[in-house]
Amino acid sequence: MSWQPVIGLEIHVHLKTRTKMFCRCELEYGAPENTRTCPVCLAHPGTLPVPNKRAVEMTILLGHALGCEIVDRAVFHRKHYFYPDLPKGYQISQYDEPLCVDGAVTLPTGAGDVEIGIVRAHLEEDAAKNVHMGGAEGRISGADRTLVDFNRAGTPLVEIVTAPDLDSAEHAKRFLQLLRRTVVELGISDAEMEKGSLRFDVNVSVRPEGSDELRTRTELKNMNSFNFAAKGIEREILRQIEIYESGGEVVQETMHFDPGNESAPPLRSKEEAQDYRYLPEPDLVPVEPPRDLVERLRAELPELPAARIRRLAAEVDFDLAEGLVTSGRDRLFEQVGGDRRAVANILMNQFAASGVDPGAVNADELAKLIEARDRIPRQAFTEALAASGEPSFSAESYLGDGQISEASDLEPLIDQVLAANPQQVESYRAGKEGLLGFFVGQVMKETEGRANPKLVSELLREKLKA
Amino acid sequence: MIDTLRLTAEEAAGLIERGEASAAELHEAYLEAIAVRDGELHCYLTTVEEAEGAGVPIALKDVISTKGVETTAGSKILEGYRPVFDSTVAARCKEAGLPLIGKTNLDEFAMGSSTENSAYGPTHNPWDPERVPGGSSGGSAAAVAAGLAPWALGSDTGGSIKQPAALCGLVGLRPTYGTVSRYGIVAFASSLDQVGPITKTVRDCALLYRIIAGRDPCDSTTVELQEPVELPEASDLKGLRVGVPKELNEAEGIESGVSEQVGRAIELCRELGAEVGETTLPRSVAYGMPCYYLIAPSEASSNLARYDGVRYGPRVGNGDIRTMYERTRDAGFGDEPKRRIMLGTYALSAGYYEAYYGQAQKVRTVIRDEFAAALADFDLLVSPTSPTVAFPLGARTENPIAMYLSDVLAIPPNMAGLPGLSIPCGLSEGLPVGLQLIGPQFSENLLFRAAHALERALEFDFVPTRLA
Repeated sequence: MSWQPVIGLEIHVHLKTRTKMFCRCELEYGAPENTRTCPVCLAHPGTLPVPNKRAVEMTILLGHALGCEIVDRAVFHRKHYFYPDLPKGYQISQYDEPLCVDGAVTLPTGAGDVEIGIVRAHLEEDAAKNVHMGGAEGRISGADRTLVDFNRAGTPLVEIVTAPDLDSAEHAKRFLQLLRRTVVELGISDAEMEKGSLRFDVNVSVRPEGSDELRTRTELKNMNSFNFAAKGIEREILRQIEIYESGGEVVQETMHFDPGNESAPPLRSKEEAQDYRYLPEPDLVPVEPPRDLVERLRAELPELPAARIRRLAAEVDFDLAEGLVTSGRDRLFEQVGGDRRAVANILMNQFAASGVDPGAVNADELAKLIEARDRIPRQAFTEALAASGEPSFSAESYLGDGQISEASDLEPLIDQVLAANPQQVESYRAGKEGLLGFFVGQVMKETEGRANPKLVSELLREKLKA
Repeated sequence: MIDTLRLTAEEAAGLIERGEASAAELHEAYLEAIAVRDGELHCYLTTVEEAEGAGVPIALKDVISTKGVETTAGSKILEGYRPVFDSTVAARCKEAGLPLIGKTNLDEFAMGSSTENSAYGPTHNPWDPERVPGGSSGGSAAAVAAGLAPWALGSDTGGSIKQPAALCGLVGLRPTYGTVSRYGIVAFASSLDQVGPITKTVRDCALLYRIIAGRDPCDSTTVELQEPVELPEASDLKGLRVGVPKELNEAEGIESGVSEQVGRAIELCRELGAEVGETTLPRSVAYGMPCYYLIAPSEASSNLARYDGVRYGPRVGNGDIRTMYERTRDAGFGDEPKRRIMLGTYALSAGYYEAYYGQAQKVRTVIRDEFAAALADFDLLVSPTSPTVAFPLGARTENPIAMYLSDVLAIPPNMAGLPGLSIPCGLSEGLPVGLQLIGPQFSENLLFRAAHALERALEFDFVPTRLA
């Protein structure tokens, strides 16, 4: 039997507001522990939440980008559980009346567009950060003691839930890359996994190809990179297929993904059999975004990454287009004139390797450099790319730098090489034209790679004809 | 010599204005009175030695956060907790120059109707120390009645201002929900909690309400007052339509002495020019209490989740996190908070939510509509505040339902978000009887005017007979 994977994602994105979701503590990643706190985010008795208006606006903007309906009335709920990182004993979140619902994202793939449904996008607050000392690695049970850093408590967080519309690990990874790029471009999040400002869980199940049933799913948590996620999903798909094919049943469970380990062991989750006792948050009034605000934010929406991938795929191939857009190099690509495919390749390879911020580059100078790439020794070209982010960068200095492109400079050298290799000259003239490369190589060696190879070939051909 | 028993806040302000007494001298006079009488009454949990401000001193119920001054909510779980910030009402009192005399006793987390649920021992009624002062703002009420504060703030979730004011012969206002900030008020049931004044006169009540009311950016549920608070001058009720809801006045358990005094006050309304008629609130009275005892404990179970021993307050046990939570909460909470946490946790549980909390919210809408209908025909409604006068200490502690019934008449308007004012209207068996006036939302000015006219005509003496 052939199996089809069914994959859904739950993505958490920190919003890049200046202050927290329900108090006015400033957000600063990496600030000394417990220095960005106040009575509200420490849940002192009697304190009350006041929603961050900017966070609501950012969520609406994201809702538009995800093709969602922005509701007239969203309600905050309290989600209860006891844990030291949850100061109030409940998280303020949105439950059955989220701000953004019923969206869809068109995911461009090499094999055409795939539509991914967005069930909802809602606004909530992040918990604090527990640091478990001693005992089992990173777990509260068995730890000698636990310290809590409340700087993160109350950071605005958007949760995006997709429909189970993804049918491969590859598509899941593509979707995540695209989403990450989208929130970064909207300016609503840094979406950096290493800082925890982008986190996601994956729900995986499989079903017989062609069926539309939904079988028992497992949840993969704590993925720390898109590549690990793709690996983990693939492994989980295979595991489930194996279970079904050997006549077993998949058990609903949560897997803690450990990239250092080949298996995804079940996680003892705090959510296990949890009753969150949802309660409409009585300290807040419903969020009723004015229609004119919703429309103004819709108008602010820039051209989205998915649309740009589709547009650029017509100029270069799909993989290059996707790479350029999801890596944030497509704007530079569009500004740099010259052969499209060559520019794209260089941006995705040598330029990418240089680590230069695409936003810092003078596109005209880069275009000149790329245009002249054949006349510049490889080493010098690499150095030029590495320097291309400097404000004073000029292609000119690299074009002239040691480049030997004058026939009069090269002719004596060529004569020297031919004179030193009479046997090879004879063979060439007898029909072994493949030896041209040998002569070019000799000239390049003599000039320490500074000769313009095109010109050298031309001159050699002429002289060997005689 | 300042006679703290008789001095109203308005008169105290007059003394200061005319230079006859300073705020510090007044403050001192109250501290002296406390030294004399609070040993017997136990109104205060904390007193403040230094007068800060140039106005009339005030006592605050111990759910009101006061920067640097211990705020326990009457619970062991907050023993030693000193807020690092002022609640908005405390800040407004400070801005108005009112020096803090101290923090008053209450039922733990404002859960109770007698102040016997305080973890720090009960407060006694100044009219008869063998009896309760009512609750949960019993400390504030007893302090004002006994001349240990010129005025005080209480908080009212299901009658906790109106009922103790009634039992201590005072004026108590539970304001319209949303007019007074809850920021910094130790939360019990967020959709019902409201801070309000407990005073000797209606004019004092209006003066204090003026100081604390109005929108607060720190409390999203507050609104701007639609009109400024007026000091009442009225001496008649001409043109006013006064409704007497049958069920609120004939409920089971209303003592005959209470009915008699309230009946006399209603008769007085007519004499003062009001048009008095009967009206009806059948569902509000039948379902108000059960509905309240689903909503308030549900919200309480949520609001009390933060007392976990992690950030402040005493911590018991240092081992496993679950054990620490359990031991801390077991040692920190008294029986009544535990009872309500359990009730509320159950009512919010998956599978029960719709039947309990969800249903109660729907009933609440029914109650709101029923009151709106009655208030379409009448400007205000009257009833007894409490079915009984002050009861003996211990009389209801073994029977939670009997205790809960103390608020059966005070709760229904609270469920509808309406303001209620209790004023003393006479004595029954030598103990004060409270008259409850209920108006539409934001009708505080109207309530003050009517209550002031009645107060003049009733000529009730707020000084407890045994202390006079």
